[in-house]
Amino acid sequence: MRDAATPPTTLTLVYLARLRETFGTATERLEPPPEVTTVATLRTWLAARGGAWSTELAPARAVRIAVNHELARPDTPLHAGDEVALFPPVTGG
Amino acid sequence: MPVRVQTTDFDVSAELAALRGADPRVGAVAAFIGTVRDVNDAASVATMTLEHYPGMTEKALAGIVDEAKSRWDIIDALVIHRVGELKPTDQIVLVGVTGAHRGEAFAACEFIIDYLKTRAPFWKKEVTPDGTRWVEPRASDDDAAARWTAPAEPPR
Repeated sequence: MRDAATPPTTLTLVYLARLRETFGTATERLEPPPEVTTVATLRTWLAARGGAWSTELAPARAVRIAVNHELARPDTPLHAGDEVALFPPVTGG
Repeated sequence: MPVRVQTTDFDVSAELAALRGADPRVGAVAAFIGTVRDVNDAASVATMTLEHYPGMTEKALAGIVDEAKSRWDIIDALVIHRVGELKPTDQIVLVGVTGAHRGEAFAACEFIIDYLKTRAPFWKKEVTPDGTRWVEPRASDDDAAARWTAPAEPPR
């Protein structure tokens, strides 16, 4: 059984649309620290990189996060091997 | 799966004919076609590029179609969404729904496009005389989707 209390060892991060351009990268593999167990704690940890990360991921900014291709909530737990995508509100249709 | 993401244009008549097939239960076909305008937020638009998130896009669209089928008594539904470079007057998206009666087909069609606009991972980038810009989401789109929303939805 996977346990939400166990921190993920490796995550694949995907950045899309404006966030990809602002961060200057489309994807990266990360080994976050033990305190990163949820979508919300991952966002906070990434924002601490400063610069564009701090600006784009500030709490007031609208950022959508999907885990394994499903829209996630702040309390969605993360597990090793998850693909986590960060993107602006969608504008299709 | 009646969901497609493609760079090429689509033929509405052919797509709706294929959706209907020869099913004699069909008494109503509702369709929505989204097209590219030449003006957005007071700036003229020369071209636009649509980006998506392969893998999630198809799953999100299929999920929206499944949700429509569970909420309304419809027979089938189709979503085609284009990506890549588009210009004003081009077709962007087609939603088609078949049902026995128009009421359910109309409602399901409107639901699908409303949900698509707020949940399917597509982003538009426009080329205007002032340069390139990402299209900002509209509050009216959130309001349109919220009309259909049940409790416990993911945060917007």
